[in-house]
Amino acid sequence: MFQITRSEKLADKIYLMEVKAPRVAHSCEPGEFVIVKMDEKGERIPLTICDFDREAGTVTIVIQTVGASTERMVERKAGEYFQDFVGPLGNPSDFIKEDIEELKGKRYLFVAGGLGTAPVYPQVKWFHDHGLEADVIVGAKTKDLVILEEEMKAVAGNLYITTDDGSYGRKGMVTEVIRDLVEKEGKHYDVCVAIGPMIMMKFVCLLTKELNIPTIVSMNPIMVDGTGMCGACRLTVGGQVKFACVDGPEFDGHQVNFDEAMKRQQMYKTEEGRAMLRQTEGDTHHGGCGHCGGEE
Amino acid sequence: MDAMKRVPVREQDPKERAANFKEVCLGYNEEEAVEEAKRCLQCKNARCMQGCPVSIDIPGFIKQVAERNFAEAARVIARSSALPAICGRVCPQETQCEGVCIRGIKGEPVSIGKLERFVADWSREHGIVPEKPETTNGKKVAVIGSGPAGLTCAGDLAKLGYEVTIFEALHEPGGVLTYGIPEFRLPKETVVRAEIENVKKLGVTIETDVVVGKSVTIDELMEEEGFQAVFIGSGAGLPKFMGIPGENANGVFSANEYLTRSNLMKAFRDDYDTPIAAGKKVAVVGGGNVAMDAARTALRLGADVHIVYRRSEAELPARAEEVHHAKEEGIVFDLLTNPVEILTDENGWVKGMVVRKMELGEPDASGRRRPVEVPGSDYTIDVDTVIMSLGTSPNPLISSTTEGLEVNRWRCIVADEHNGKTTKEGVYAGGDAVTGAATVILAMEAGKAGAKGIHQFLSGEEKE
Repeated sequence: MFQITRSEKLADKIYLMEVKAPRVAHSCEPGEFVIVKMDEKGERIPLTICDFDREAGTVTIVIQTVGASTERMVERKAGEYFQDFVGPLGNPSDFIKEDIEELKGKRYLFVAGGLGTAPVYPQVKWFHDHGLEADVIVGAKTKDLVILEEEMKAVAGNLYITTDDGSYGRKGMVTEVIRDLVEKEGKHYDVCVAIGPMIMMKFVCLLTKELNIPTIVSMNPIMVDGTGMCGACRLTVGGQVKFACVDGPEFDGHQVNFDEAMKRQQMYKTEEGRAMLRQTEGDTHHGGCGHCGGEE
Repeated sequence: MDAMKRVPVREQDPKERAANFKEVCLGYNEEEAVEEAKRCLQCKNARCMQGCPVSIDIPGFIKQVAERNFAEAARVIARSSALPAICGRVCPQETQCEGVCIRGIKGEPVSIGKLERFVADWSREHGIVPEKPETTNGKKVAVIGSGPAGLTCAGDLAKLGYEVTIFEALHEPGGVLTYGIPEFRLPKETVVRAEIENVKKLGVTIETDVVVGKSVTIDELMEEEGFQAVFIGSGAGLPKFMGIPGENANGVFSANEYLTRSNLMKAFRDDYDTPIAAGKKVAVVGGGNVAMDAARTALRLGADVHIVYRRSEAELPARAEEVHHAKEEGIVFDLLTNPVEILTDENGWVKGMVVRKMELGEPDASGRRRPVEVPGSDYTIDVDTVIMSLGTSPNPLISSTTEGLEVNRWRCIVADEHNGKTTKEGVYAGGDAVTGAATVILAMEAGKAGAKGIHQFLSGEEKE
């Protein structure tokens, strides 16, 4: 059992939780993820690590409610427990293995979309902790959905916030900000790290390819075990099949087949909804979704 | 009763069981077990014992059954095996103990597996628990993986007085017994959990949610956490795919994923959150036990199921009983057939599979006749789900994070089969992590060998 030490709502459907998990806190690095299973009947949910405290033995995760398990997860309060919290899984970001002096000569641009702000934060913080500065773009649909702004401000070089509706910061998509920074404001970047919805990562990659900026993305496909066992998270990178859990989750964004990955992401959309329907409608649910086989 | 024939074992009716996840084989009752036990000839030089990877005193326990001393029968088995209720259900007895039974020369061999199962179930139902050693020797051993190899190794070491901790990556212990083999063949609550509880009663601690190689390394376990020896029984978990076009389509699963969703995550039950795309028309590619398990699971979830296998029936690697049960339940076998492409619709979902007919040529390295393609024989089968059951290979998470641990070109850990010794001092290994995917009982044999090796190492009896 893993105790929740802090639980906080960050925005609509987005929650932050800090969990006591000494083994994970001891060995995790930016870029890695955990799998959380709240109780006996819950799903194994992969979640990126947002922050960690090795001394206190705690790991911070950010959860967006998308299905039955996540809906139930965010109801847990500080002092309560998750049954399972396993990790770290996946590989750390490549830059943590790089020579610091070499890194100093490189300009990094982090692009975070929505919930993607959570996994970007520990990477930017790592830069800050190592005396490096990186620029950060945070994009969200609207002002209320911008998360971790203060935390990010404290560790980022330049922080650019943009909202789709212009209610806060700049107006427009993150891709427009990238283009403005590079083409109008004369910024130069050696590496871009983009984490957010797949559609955002796809368009960032199309743009950075045009701008000739190598780009790393973090893939968050459907997973079950997270240790390479099920192959549900497979995706095509540079024409080869990779497992996001053990080969990633970070890949060369210019090599990722996003269209296939997005189709695969849809696989259980109706199924997840199915689990929730069953919960809310109970016996009255008779397969109206057309996917659950409940028509008999 | 004809002594040449076995006492038949009761099974759930095929039509009925095709729609539920309850156990197919109902096992013997006391009367049936005693009657079957009396068929044993009590051979002095028992070939069945030599046929058993863990050398259970088979005539010994059967004699006790025949005399109705069921508790004593359980004690005889417990000397050699910690998981009899499991082995009685999933061992390939026809190629081991029963395959060499003298009774089998003229008639049917003694139903050793069913008798083992009876004894194990009887002792569980009558609350017989294994005896824990009174004191420990204070030496700590870490076991990685709680599948059949790890549980056996841990149980044997605990009996010798070691303080054993098993580290399990998943949230439930049991390894393949929990995530792989389905409920209808190996009940989780009554059989698997109960036997794992028995291993714990020997003094073994199980820590779940620890991915060794990620959460903690072997070196950290030995240097920082005080473990004096480590046994790696991490299995062969990585699924193989064919590499044919369309394999990443929605609706194509590894058997591992399909079975894990159903068995470990209980997707077949409405009260669990994890979904499973059951499929209406399912093709399972492969002919091993795992393929049979996946096919029979899909059937129970309501699908029409075909097994697509590139060789002929004689080469099916699955246990005879599994093939027999699968057929009884209505699974269709498309033999000498091999997939070449998976067809998808505009949304990326499976809408069919192109297959090619095969014929048998000369024997290959495995001694089985090699399947050869029949030119121009392609046709399309109508499926919405494809389950790939082509075998698995070991996970590199441990070998890639442990300095000095040698692996071969299949990424299997190099270890001595007699004592599990690896190239790293104090580290032993066995089971699928060493051999590649094999059976539960062979993993148990390797677990026993590893326990022996570790005991020799830690008690200073190692001779080189």
